[in-house]
Amino acid sequence: MELTMLYYIIPSLIMFCCGVYGFITRKNMIAILISLELMLNAVDINFVVFNRFLFPGQMEGMFFTLFAIAIAAAETALAIAIIINLFRVAKNIDVEDVNEMKF
Amino acid sequence: MDYSQFLAMKQEIGLLVIFLFVFFYDAFMPKKSQGALAGITTMLFGVFTLYGFFCPCLNGACATDAFAGMYNTSAIVVAIKNILNIGVFIVLIQSMKWANSEDQVIRRGEFYELLLVTLFGMYLMISARHFLLFVIGLEAASLPLAAMVAFDKKRVESHEAAIKYILTAVFSSAVFLMGLSFVYALTGSLYFDAIAAKIAAEQGVMLIVAVAFVIAGIGFKLSLVPFHLWTADVYQGAPTSVTSYLSVISKGAAAFAFLVIMAQVFGTVYSQVWEWMLYALIILTITIGNLFAIRQRNMKRFLAFSSVSQAGYIMLGVIAMTATGVSSLMYYILVYIFSNLAAFGVIQAIENNTGMVSMDDYKGLYKTNPRLSFTMMLAMFSLAGIPPFAGFFSKFFIFTGAIEQGSIAIYVLVLIALINTIISLYYYLLVVKAMFIHKDECKIANFKSACSERVAMWICVAGIIALGIVSCVYNSLLDLTNGTSILANLF
Repeated sequence: MELTMLYYIIPSLIMFCCGVYGFITRKNMIAILISLELMLNAVDINFVVFNRFLFPGQMEGMFFTLFAIAIAAAETALAIAIIINLFRVAKNIDVEDVNEMKF
Repeated sequence: MDYSQFLAMKQEIGLLVIFLFVFFYDAFMPKKSQGALAGITTMLFGVFTLYGFFCPCLNGACATDAFAGMYNTSAIVVAIKNILNIGVFIVLIQSMKWANSEDQVIRRGEFYELLLVTLFGMYLMISARHFLLFVIGLEAASLPLAAMVAFDKKRVESHEAAIKYILTAVFSSAVFLMGLSFVYALTGSLYFDAIAAKIAAEQGVMLIVAVAFVIAGIGFKLSLVPFHLWTADVYQGAPTSVTSYLSVISKGAAAFAFLVIMAQVFGTVYSQVWEWMLYALIILTITIGNLFAIRQRNMKRFLAFSSVSQAGYIMLGVIAMTATGVSSLMYYILVYIFSNLAAFGVIQAIENNTGMVSMDDYKGLYKTNPRLSFTMMLAMFSLAGIPPFAGFFSKFFIFTGAIEQGSIAIYVLVLIALINTIISLYYYLLVVKAMFIHKDECKIANFKSACSERVAMWICVAGIIALGIVSCVYNSLLDLTNGTSILANLF
């Protein structure tokens, strides 16, 4: 069986949609963060696969992925730091209880 | 490697030098000389701002490319950065008292470091001609801002705002990157000009999806309407100095970057792909921003929704896609910086002295603090666009720039924007009414605001009054764009 581009693109799109779904429905902030990671990783897969199958002569997509991974790590580190701080002040990281400000 | 290409990025390097100086001063100087940090940073940044006006690049007399065309600068890019610098300088003066207050003093250095780094990211966003550099700039501009929003360690609201900001920012950048991966699949390059050349030849559904994702990603930063939900909460929860930075500099830089991307990358498919998208976004942004602003009682939330609707007006300069549109957009943001910072200056002075931020607390302010209420009144008049203040002229020019595009649809759009200007007058005047009409119930006692706050407010007031009347400001911006028929060559 030959692996074509579709075998990679469809899982990555499903991953992205799972991420969006999780971002909207999850109540725990850590779970939301995991959903965001899913979305970012789906993008990384996309870039690598497009580079590998559509433009095999260059490396642009691969390099972009490397940088995107580093940026995603920075984002996660910062988000976790803020969540920890929030937990110290509010003793809670459930999004439904963090609602001091509305409308 | 040719190191002389670094000379193209003079402003970035200058900013980095200031950042390193602040960083080492904060880390290594003895405790008794730490107190001068705020003053030194502000002064250094003032010198840097001045330098921008004498930068040789402003006359087109310097290298323009660096890193194989990934980075580009030109006279108009330097002018854009100068506009941002002016805003940051005012923000720095305004925040001096807050940064030196007892709660913040231990983290004062970090505030300035984070602020300078975000500005560096914004520079990269504007100068990038390759999407890799652009994404790095975008993240460098938005991640430290989340840390700045969480600066008030003891207030739950501050942390809540920060978490809302970081989660939506990451979500939006994921969506943006997804769109980018489609663009890459279509064109095989991430250089702006290569993409533009490729998509001009053929357009399909895939391109429309990609552009929609890209607009959504940057729209989050600009708080255009379906993506504006974070704005009010973050503005309310963040410390007021950070809010003023977010609302003018961050938004202004995002608007400029949006303009550059739309002109350079997707400029060739203007009418086929994204004119109608932006058209719908502008109508939604202006109208919904206005309607929600009417019911706000907290001053910071109120200004948040006002800035949402102002973002709609700013987008009129992008949808115009003419040279006049570009210069009027720059002028609009310059004026917006002065008027919004004047309003935030007053809010900050009152919050620092009394802790009050509700509109009801402002009743009778004219009786106790006439100068503050006068400044606030000028800011509100300028934001609403009442002549002879600068806000009127900026709105006038941005409408003119949009109309120059010529289609009937744009005329209708400008008409809708005009009607919305009248609606916005209502809620801006609510503040003026609270300050001037209710004379018998004064909640805020007379107080003397700090010297730095007064200086910042005087600068803003001078800007609001002078920018409209001194026509050479707009003329010099117009000169930068004059004579270009293809917008993509401008930047």
